[in-house]
Amino acid sequence: MWDYLKLVIYGLIAVLALYAAGEARDLAYLLHAVLVALIAAGLFIFTLRRMGGGTADRAGYLDGPIRVGVILTVVWGVTGFLVGTWIAFVLAFPELNYEWAQGYMNFGRLRPLHTSAVIFAFGGTALITSSFYVVQRTSGARLWNDGLAWFVFWGYQIVILLAATGYLFGSTQSKEYAEPEWYVDIWLTIVWVGYLILYMGTLMKRKEPHIYVANWFFLSFIITIAMLHVVNNLSVPVSIFGSKSVQVFAGVQDAMTQWWYGHNAVGFFLTAGFLGMMYYFVPKQAERPVFSYKLSIIHFWALIFLYIWAGPHHLHYTALPDWASTLGMVFSVILWMPSWGGMINGLMTLSGAWDKLRTDPVIRMMVVSVGFYGMSTFEGPMMSIRAVNSLSHYTDWTIGHVHSGALGWNGMITFGMLYFLFPKLWGKAGLYSLRLVSWHFWLATIGIVLYAASMWVTGIMEGLMWREVDAQGFLVNSFADTVAAKFPMYVVRGTGGLLFLTGSLIMAYNLWMTVKRAPLAQPTAAAAPAE
Amino acid sequence: MTDTYSVFREIADSWVLLAMFLFFLAVVAWVFRPGSRKIHQDTADIPFRHEDKPAGDGDTPGAHLKEARQ
Repeated sequence: MWDYLKLVIYGLIAVLALYAAGEARDLAYLLHAVLVALIAAGLFIFTLRRMGGGTADRAGYLDGPIRVGVILTVVWGVTGFLVGTWIAFVLAFPELNYEWAQGYMNFGRLRPLHTSAVIFAFGGTALITSSFYVVQRTSGARLWNDGLAWFVFWGYQIVILLAATGYLFGSTQSKEYAEPEWYVDIWLTIVWVGYLILYMGTLMKRKEPHIYVANWFFLSFIITIAMLHVVNNLSVPVSIFGSKSVQVFAGVQDAMTQWWYGHNAVGFFLTAGFLGMMYYFVPKQAERPVFSYKLSIIHFWALIFLYIWAGPHHLHYTALPDWASTLGMVFSVILWMPSWGGMINGLMTLSGAWDKLRTDPVIRMMVVSVGFYGMSTFEGPMMSIRAVNSLSHYTDWTIGHVHSGALGWNGMITFGMLYFLFPKLWGKAGLYSLRLVSWHFWLATIGIVLYAASMWVTGIMEGLMWREVDAQGFLVNSFADTVAAKFPMYVVRGTGGLLFLTGSLIMAYNLWMTVKRAPLAQPTAAAAPAE
Repeated sequence: MTDTYSVFREIADSWVLLAMFLFFLAVVAWVFRPGSRKIHQDTADIPFRHEDKPAGDGDTPGAHLKEARQ
C-alpha cells in the first residue's frame, strides 16, 4: 500500500517538475526543475522494481546510510578542498578567471560553491552520518524508522546538489552561508524536521537510562539549525516559476538576522555538532571515558546559553546600535571559557594514555583537532573585541581564522571519525596503512599552518595599510596597493591548500584500500558487520 | 514605551535574563549534587556498551546498574 502511495507521489512530483521546467523564468530554475523531475522519475522506477520484494532485515543497527555517508563525506571533502585550492590560486593569479568560464566558473560563482561544499556538503554529511552512528550506539537502539533515515540522508544530498548547481547558474539570495533560494530552503526545512523526528524517536526508544552527552550536542545542533534556517530564510518568491525571492527583513534588521544566523551556523553547526563527534570518537579512539562528565554537562549548557548572543560582533561600526554590538562582543569574550572547558575535557581524556600519541596517528589527528578548536575559540573572542575588529574586519585575518577552525578543528576531527568508522563499518581489523595516516596528518597540519600564518601576515598588513594616513591626513595606500602587497602570501596560502588537498587524497586512497584489502576483523565482528 | 519592541526588550533584559542565568546556575548546582559521581561515571561509559548490536529486547533500562550494585 505504502509503495503504491510512493509511486503516486514520485509520479506527481515528476509531472509537476516537468511542467515547472516548461514555465521556468530563469536558467537555474529550469535546471533544477529538470533535476527534480529526473530524481523523481528515478525513484519511481527504483520503487517499481523493488515492489513485492521481501521485507528487509530489521535486526541490529541501521548502518546502510552510514556506509554511504562516510563515502560521500570523503567525496564532498575532496571536492570542497579542490575548489578551495583553485580559488585560492585564482586570487593570486586573476588570469585564472578564464574568459570562456565567465558567468559560471569565475571567482564569484565558485566561492559560495567552495564554502557550501566544505561546510554543508562535507561537514553536514559528516554530521548526519556520525549522528546516526552515535545515537544508535549510545542508545543501544536501532534508528527509529528505516525509511525516514534514508529520506533524511538522501533528502540532504538533494539539497547539496540543488545548492551547488544553483550557485554555478546564478541562483543565490546573497546571504552568506545561506545562499540557496526559496524552494531549496523549503525542501531543507522538510528534511530537517524529518531529521529531528528521527533523532527524537531514536532517543525515546533508547535502552540506556541516560542520554549520552554527544546526543545533547547533536540534538541542540538539529533544533537550533532548524530555528536559524527558518528565520533567516523568510522570503517571498517573485514567481513560483522562478528562483528569485525577496527578503522579508530589510536594512540593519536583515543584517542582524543574517549574522545571528551566520554566527550560530558556526556555533551550532560547526561547533555543537562537531563537539558531539568529539565526545564520542575521542573516548572511543583513546579507549577511555571522557575526562569529566560533569564538565561536559556544564560545557554544554554554557555553550548553549552564550553562543546565540555572539552574532552582533560581525557588525561592529555599522548601522547596528552600539548596545547590540557591545552585547555581542561581551558574550563572545565570555564564550571563550566554556570553549576552553570543552577543549580541556577533550584533551584530558587522554590523560594516562598519552603514549597513544606516539603510536596512533588517528588519535594524534583528533588531539590536533581539539587543539585547533582551542586556538580558534581564543582567536575568535579576541577578534570580536571592537578595537581588534577595527583592524581585523574585512581583512584576510578573518579568512585565516575561519580556516584554522574549519580545516583544523572540523576537518581533522572528521578525518579522525572517518579513520575510526571505515574499518568498523566494513568489519575490518584495522586501517590499510597507518603510515599513510601519518602522511595525511603531517601534510594537513603543515598545510593549515601555512594557510593560517600567511593570512595573519596579509590580514594585519592590509589592515594597517588601509588605515595609514600621511601628515596631511590623506590615505597613503590605494586598495590596489594592498592587493599587490598581498601576492606572496596568497601564493603561500594556495600552497597550504595544496598540501591539505594532497593529504585528503591520501586519506581517500587509504580508506578505499581499507575496504578492499585490509584483513577482516577476527571472530566476533567479522561475522556481523552490524546490519 | 508602547511599541512591542521596547516592551519585549525590557522584559528580555531584566526578568528573562535573570531567569536564564538562574537556570544555568541551577544546572551547575545540579551537576555537583551529592551522589552524581556514580551516575556520571556510568553515563560516561555508555560508548563502550552496545557497540555491535542493540541492547537485547529482554534488557531493561539500567539493568547493568543493578548488577553493578549487587
